[in-house]
Amino acid sequence: MTETHKKQVVDVRGVEKHFGDGPDRIHVLKQVNLQAYSGEILMLVGPSGCGKTTLLSAIAGTLRIESGEIEVFNNPLHRMSGGALTRFRAEHIGFIFQQFNLIPTLSVAENVGVPLLIQGVSNGEARKRSRAALDAVGLGDRWRERPNKLSGGQQQRVAIARALVHEPPLVICDEPTAALDAQNGEIVLELFRNVARSPDRAVIIVTHDNRIFSYADRIARMDDGEIVEERKQEHLHAPHFIHEHAI
Amino acid sequence: MFGLALKMLFGDTAKYLMLVAGLFFATFLIVQQASVFCGLMMWTSSTLKNVGAPIFVVEERVEQINEINPLRDTDVSRVRSVTAVRWAMPLYSGIQRVRLESGSFKTVQLLGIDAASLAGAPARMVEGNLEDLRLPNTVIIDELAVTRLSEDRNHPIQVGDRFEINDIEARVVGICKAMRSFTGGPYLWTTYERALQYTPPQRKMLSAVIAAPIDGMTADDAAAEITRKTGLRAYVNRGFGDNPGDFNTSTIWWYVRNTGIPISFGTTVVIGFIVGVAIACQTFYAFVLDNLTYLGALKAMGMSNARLSLMLVIQSATVGMIGFGIGLLATAGFAYAAIEHQQPPFVMPWQIPVVAFVVIQVICMMAALMGIFRLSLYEPAMVFRA
Repeated sequence: MTETHKKQVVDVRGVEKHFGDGPDRIHVLKQVNLQAYSGEILMLVGPSGCGKTTLLSAIAGTLRIESGEIEVFNNPLHRMSGGALTRFRAEHIGFIFQQFNLIPTLSVAENVGVPLLIQGVSNGEARKRSRAALDAVGLGDRWRERPNKLSGGQQQRVAIARALVHEPPLVICDEPTAALDAQNGEIVLELFRNVARSPDRAVIIVTHDNRIFSYADRIARMDDGEIVEERKQEHLHAPHFIHEHAI
Repeated sequence: MFGLALKMLFGDTAKYLMLVAGLFFATFLIVQQASVFCGLMMWTSSTLKNVGAPIFVVEERVEQINEINPLRDTDVSRVRSVTAVRWAMPLYSGIQRVRLESGSFKTVQLLGIDAASLAGAPARMVEGNLEDLRLPNTVIIDELAVTRLSEDRNHPIQVGDRFEINDIEARVVGICKAMRSFTGGPYLWTTYERALQYTPPQRKMLSAVIAAPIDGMTADDAAAEITRKTGLRAYVNRGFGDNPGDFNTSTIWWYVRNTGIPISFGTTVVIGFIVGVAIACQTFYAFVLDNLTYLGALKAMGMSNARLSLMLVIQSATVGMIGFGIGLLATAGFAYAAIEHQQPPFVMPWQIPVVAFVVIQVICMMAALMGIFRLSLYEPAMVFRA
């Protein structure tokens, strides 16, 4: 499927962002332009401090930009109020965090059901759908347990189930394999490829981990607040790309 | 969603127990101390309850029942002469010392009432006959006297036993129920004339005149009439309230104004409040800090600030209710023991638990507000910066 056949779901145009004041002011995003399409896994890569997570936060609607425009599913995030952004996130975005952020005092199924409860789904329906989501990531039999009883890889699978349970059209992942060993990282990425990816959904992953580049359909490399390079799947396996982006 | 909020709260067992313990302790201190204070204040007017006459006439400067300026004996006739008065009788009230058979002394509150009418006699007799008070050298004692005036527990004082007051024989002819006196001594009833014999002589011996209004007239109107006609101070005896012409109210307010009792109990109540604030706010804030990343994640996932705030309010209000409930239960246990042993004084009007509940919930809301403030500073984007 070419980009012309895919629906553009994220459109970032000329985005600027600074942090701090006075002499400590840092220019984090410099005229950034980026697009993401449904059905693809887009990875944002680059050295630490280059602005990947800031850009991801802006696309997720959790961070205000200073100038430029961000449209996600034709919603102009840069113009939306705080309340509208909150509702937008609840309905359109699934989140996967580096440290999983599963609430330790809730069961695995309750953690997975949280996005549904935020949307106002009933407890019974949330329970049913969270069990189905856990089945999809291979943890259907562990639904009663607390997250701390699971391995890191299993916890990240729970986090994936939580991100997908309300069937969001955009999934945002921040370093999903950073806290995992190679084997668990592969299992999680297989889930991204087989479960998260769908024709109606875009997945944006911020990562340092060059082992997982092969799972991307497209990679955007950032450096010093700018997108310096974009490559599609057919160019990703070239040895020089892997070498250049090994971090 | 709010079920999850409670699971988050109950799941952090250490902080949950700490919060409940702090609020329990605050509730117990506030309710128990306020109730003991009320009980003590009720004790200050126990003579009024035990005598039970509708109107008390005293010297014009007297503000409370336990500090009486004696009247002239002729004042009884002056009160009787007021047309609003149906009857008026003399009353002696004073603290005397009783000498027991063993030679030991005990302090008692001696009441002398009119022998003919027995107006002001105890309302509930447990043993013996009220009319026997007209026999020579007789007294009626209250139940507290049975323990206080007995030589030992195996030989409690009973009807027919004797002791001495001011070297004059007193024979027990009855035992009655009575409210405890503020001074802690038991009540003894005898006739007015005999009370004067038991008491070292003074120029004026009449403590008060007790009276009742004529039919069709209220006690307040009759008391006003007595004051106008005699120049003496006539109080009604209805019970503590907002009527300054009531002797109970006047007595209790005198103690509030002129003793350190309210400050003493009030300090403990304030300490209870401070302990509650310190423990609840500190612990709840620590709970919010511990869960900040998760709350931030919820915020990022689309939970509104209002809903997150409501979760914190529900969590703090829940521990408040549980802590308050346990505190009230502990106070009830204390009250049971206090009533069983007749001390310390304990009276809990409905206002005390209601006010304590409000205070505890205010403490909880302060704790919740601190958490809400901290959470409001947490931008959802920060969750990506773990």
